[in-house]
Amino acid sequence: MMKQWQVAKRILPLLAVFSLLLSACGREDLSAMKPQGPVAQDQLDLMKLSIAIMIVVLIIVFAIAAYVLIRFRRRAGQTEMPEQVEGNFKLEVIWTAIPLLLVIILAVPTVQTIFAHGEDLTNDKNAVKVQVTSHQYWWEFTYPQYDITTAQDLIIPTGKKIAFELKTADVLHSFWVPSLAGKMDTNPDGTLNKFSFSAPNEGVYRGKCAELCGRSHAFMEFKVKAVSQESFDRWVNAMKAPAVLPEDTQLAEKFKTNCLSCHAVGDQGGPAAPNLTGIGGKEAVAGILLNQREGQEEGKPVLDNMKEWLHDPQSVKEGNTMPSPKSLGLTDEEIDGIAEYLANYKLDYE
Amino acid sequence: MAHAHSVKRYRGLMDWITTVDHKKIAVLYLIAGGFFFGIGGIEAILIRIQLMKPMNTFVSAQVFNELITMHGTTMIFLGVMPIIFAIMNAVVPLQIGARDVAFPFVNALGFWTFLFGGLLLNLSWVMGGAPDAGWTAYTPLSSAAYSESHGVDFYTIGLQIAGLGTLIGGINFLATIITMRAPGMSYMRMPMFTWTTFITSAIILFAFPAITVGLVLLTFDRILGANFFDVANGGNPVLWQHIFWIFGHPEVYILILPAFGIISEVIPTFSRKRLFGYSSMVFATILIAFLGFMVWAHHMFTTGLGNVANALFSISTMLIAVPTGIKIFNWLFTMWGGQIRFTAANLFAVGFVPTFVMGGVTGVMLASAPADFQFHDTYFVVAHFHYVIVGGLVLGLFAGLHYWWPKMFGRILSETLGKWTFWTFMIGFQLTFFVQHFLGLMGMQRRIVTYLPNQDFDLLNLVSSIGAFLMGVGVIIFLINIVITTRKPVDAPNDPWEDGRTLEWTIPSPPPEYNFKQTPLVRGIDAYWKEKMAGNKEMTPAEPVGSIHMPSATPLPFVMSVGIFIAGLGLMFSKDKFELEFMNIIFNNYIVVIIGLLITFGAMALRSLYDDHGWHIEPEDQDEKGART
Repeated sequence: MMKQWQVAKRILPLLAVFSLLLSACGREDLSAMKPQGPVAQDQLDLMKLSIAIMIVVLIIVFAIAAYVLIRFRRRAGQTEMPEQVEGNFKLEVIWTAIPLLLVIILAVPTVQTIFAHGEDLTNDKNAVKVQVTSHQYWWEFTYPQYDITTAQDLIIPTGKKIAFELKTADVLHSFWVPSLAGKMDTNPDGTLNKFSFSAPNEGVYRGKCAELCGRSHAFMEFKVKAVSQESFDRWVNAMKAPAVLPEDTQLAEKFKTNCLSCHAVGDQGGPAAPNLTGIGGKEAVAGILLNQREGQEEGKPVLDNMKEWLHDPQSVKEGNTMPSPKSLGLTDEEIDGIAEYLANYKLDYE
Repeated sequence: MAHAHSVKRYRGLMDWITTVDHKKIAVLYLIAGGFFFGIGGIEAILIRIQLMKPMNTFVSAQVFNELITMHGTTMIFLGVMPIIFAIMNAVVPLQIGARDVAFPFVNALGFWTFLFGGLLLNLSWVMGGAPDAGWTAYTPLSSAAYSESHGVDFYTIGLQIAGLGTLIGGINFLATIITMRAPGMSYMRMPMFTWTTFITSAIILFAFPAITVGLVLLTFDRILGANFFDVANGGNPVLWQHIFWIFGHPEVYILILPAFGIISEVIPTFSRKRLFGYSSMVFATILIAFLGFMVWAHHMFTTGLGNVANALFSISTMLIAVPTGIKIFNWLFTMWGGQIRFTAANLFAVGFVPTFVMGGVTGVMLASAPADFQFHDTYFVVAHFHYVIVGGLVLGLFAGLHYWWPKMFGRILSETLGKWTFWTFMIGFQLTFFVQHFLGLMGMQRRIVTYLPNQDFDLLNLVSSIGAFLMGVGVIIFLINIVITTRKPVDAPNDPWEDGRTLEWTIPSPPPEYNFKQTPLVRGIDAYWKEKMAGNKEMTPAEPVGSIHMPSATPLPFVMSVGIFIAGLGLMFSKDKFELEFMNIIFNNYIVVIIGLLITFGAMALRSLYDDHGWHIEPEDQDEKGART
C-alpha cells in the first residue's frame, strides 16, 4: 500500500505539469488548445479524454517497464537459469480486455461527436452561408444570401452558425482555423465538403491552409474576424456600395486597366483574383504581411506592406499568379500611388 | 550422384554483381539501404536547419517541397525497407534451417530492381528537379498541370521499379517460409522474426499491387495524357487518395512488424527467457496485418467521406490498439523474472518499448475523427508517425543490426560505441519529436517552408532542430563503429551472446555458403535452446552428410534491372524536346524505351532458354569455417 502511494506521489506532479503544459500552449487566436468556439471546444474535450486515457496507459507501461528493468537485471555470478514461462492465460486475457474497454470509452463520445458536428446546415435559415473557394494561394469567401464576395478576411457575425461549403479552384487545400474548429479539405466540384462552426466572442482568429498545395503553401494564411451582428450588417452594406476609385483620374485609369481586369472593387472589375473592396482595412496584405492593429505587437503599417507586395509579389509569395505591376508597365510612382490608394481604402463598419 | 558441372566463380566486384547467395544479397541491401538512409538523413537535417527559426531563407520554398517529398519517399521506400530486407535475407533462411531462399535468382533480381529504382528516383536531384508534391503525391498537385518539372515522373517510375523489387522479395520470402522450414519446424515453432517476416511478406503481396496500379495511372495521366484524376475530364483526385492509402496504411505495418519481430528475438535472448505468450504474439501479428487493411480512410477523415465512414474507420483504427497492447505487455512480461543484460542491442530493444507505446497512444488519439480534424496535417501527426517509424522501426533496426552483426560479418560491434549510439540517438530523437506534438496542437501545420514569428513556434522548433543534429551524431557514431569493427579479425563464435535460442546461432559466424552442412531436426520452439537445455552442444541432424546443391552465380538479374532502368528513363523523356536532333529521334519515338525493354526481355529469354542446373559442394569441400571474410 505504502509503495503504491509512493508511485502515485511521483506521478501526480507529472500529470499536473502535463495539464499545465497543455493549457498554457500557444496563442488564443491560433491554438487548438485554447478553443474560442463550441466546435473547437468539443474537439478539445475529446482530445482531453483521449489524452487522459493514454496517460493512464503510459503510466502503467512505464511503471512496469521501470520495475522490470531495475528488479530483473542480471547480477554478477548469477548462473542459474530463469524459469522458462510459456505465458499466462489470465494475464493475457486481462491485457486484451482492458484496452478493449478503453477503446470503447473513447469510441462512444467519438461517434457521438462525429454525428453532432456532421450536421448539414446549408439549408438552415438561421445560419450564415459561406462558400469558400481556395486558390493557389488565396482564399475567396462568397456569401450567397447577401450576394457579396470577399477574400482573405472572413467576416462573420458572433454567435451565428456559419454553414460552409468548401471547394477548390485548382489543387487540394485544407481550410483550418484551429481555435474555432478542425480542418476540412477543399475538393474540386463534385465532392464538395460541408461543415460549420460559430464564434461566440468578437475577435480575429488565424486561419491556415493545412494541405500541401505548392510553393507558397506556408503563406496561404487567412483571418476569421468575428464582429457583432450590427457591425456585420453594416459591413454587408458597405461591401455592396458602389466602388471607390482613386481620386486622381490618371491613376484611376491605370488602376482600371491594369488591376481591375482580374480584381474587383465594389461593383467593378473581375472575379479572377482576390476582391479588393475595403482592402486597406484588412488584417494582412496578401494574407501573410500582417498589418499593424491596436493591441497587437506585430505588424507593419498597411501602406508599407502594400508597397512591399506591389513592388515584388514573387518575393512575398513564391509562385503566385499575380503579374508584377512593374512588368505591366507601371512606374514606381504609379505603384506607390496605387498602394497608397489601396491602403486608405477602408470600410467603416466596426 | 552429382552432375559434373564446372562452376563459374566470379571475383571482386563481379562476385557482388552476380551473387545469388542470400547472405551476400543481405549485405548488398544493407549497403544500398544505408546509402539511401544517409541521403534521407541529410535531407532531414536540411529541413530542420530551415525550420530552426521563423522566416528563415536557408532554402527556397521549391527546394523545401522537394526536400520533404524526397525525405519521406527515400526513408520509407529506399532507406528502412531495404535495411529490413537486409536483415530478413541475412536471418530468415538461417532461422528456419534452410540453405537459401526459395528463388535465389529472383532474390537477386529483387535487389537490383530496388537499387536501380532508387537510383533513378535520386537522379532527379541532378536532372532538373526532384518530386515536389509530398511523399503522398496527392493529385492534382502531382499532375502535369501543377507539377511541371520531371520530378513526379521520377517518383512514379522510380518507385514503380523499386516496388517491383519489394514485391518480388515478398513473394520469395512467402515461398521460402512456406516450403523450406527444417523438419520439425511447424508454424507454431517458427521464431517470431520469421513469423513477422512471413506476415509482412503477405502484406506486401496484397498492398503493393495497389500502389503499382496507382503509379501506373498517375504515369498515364502525366506522360500519356490520361484523365484518371482530372475532374474536368471525368476523373477524381480523391480516387488517388484511396489507392494511395489502401497501400499506404498497410505499408506502415510492412515497416513495423519486422521491428516487432526483432524485438521479440532480442528481448528473450538478453532476458534468458522464452518469449511470453508466443501464440498470442502470433495471433496479434496476424490480427494487426488484417486490421491494417481495414483502416486506410483514417488518413482521409478531413477529405469528407461522411459521418458513417468516419465513424467506422475511427472504431476500426482504435481496435488496432488491442493486439498492439498484447504485444507490449508480452514483451514486458518476457523480461519479468528474467536476467536482463544491457548489451547495446538490448538497450535499443528496451528503448523501443516505451517509445513505441508513445507512438501507439498518439495513434489512438488520431483515430478519433473529430479530434483528428485538429491533428491532421499538423506537426502532431509528424510527431506521431516519427515516433512509430523512427522510435519504433529505426530503434528496432539498430537492435537487430547490433544483435545479428556478428552472425552476418563474424565480428561483434563495439559495445561501448553501441551504447554511445543508443544514448545520443535516443535523447536526440525524444528532443526532436516530443515537442512536435505541441507544435501541432498550437497550430503549426506540416510541410510549411517557414512560419511567422510570435506564434510560440520559435523555441520548440529550435529544440527540435537541435535534437535532429544529435540524432545525426548517433548515426555517425554507428558508422564509426562499423568501420572500426570491420578492421578487426573475424573471431565471433557461433553463439556470441551465449544465450542464443534459435537455429542461426548453431552455425559458424559468418555462416558457410551452404549455411547448414546437415539440415537440423527441430524438436520444439527455440530449437537451439531446447538442445542446450538437454545438454547437447549442437543440433541433431535430420539428414546424413551429402553433396549440397547450389545455384549458379549470374549477372542476368543485374542486366534485367539495367534494362528496366533505361526503359524508365526513356519513357519519362519521351515528350521532351532536346537540342540535339538525334536525342529527339531516339526519345520521342520510344526507341530508348524499346532498347531498355529489349535488354530486359533478352535477359529473361536467356534465363529461360539456357538450362542452368547449378553446382554441388561435395562433402570433402564442406569445411566448417565461414565462406566469407
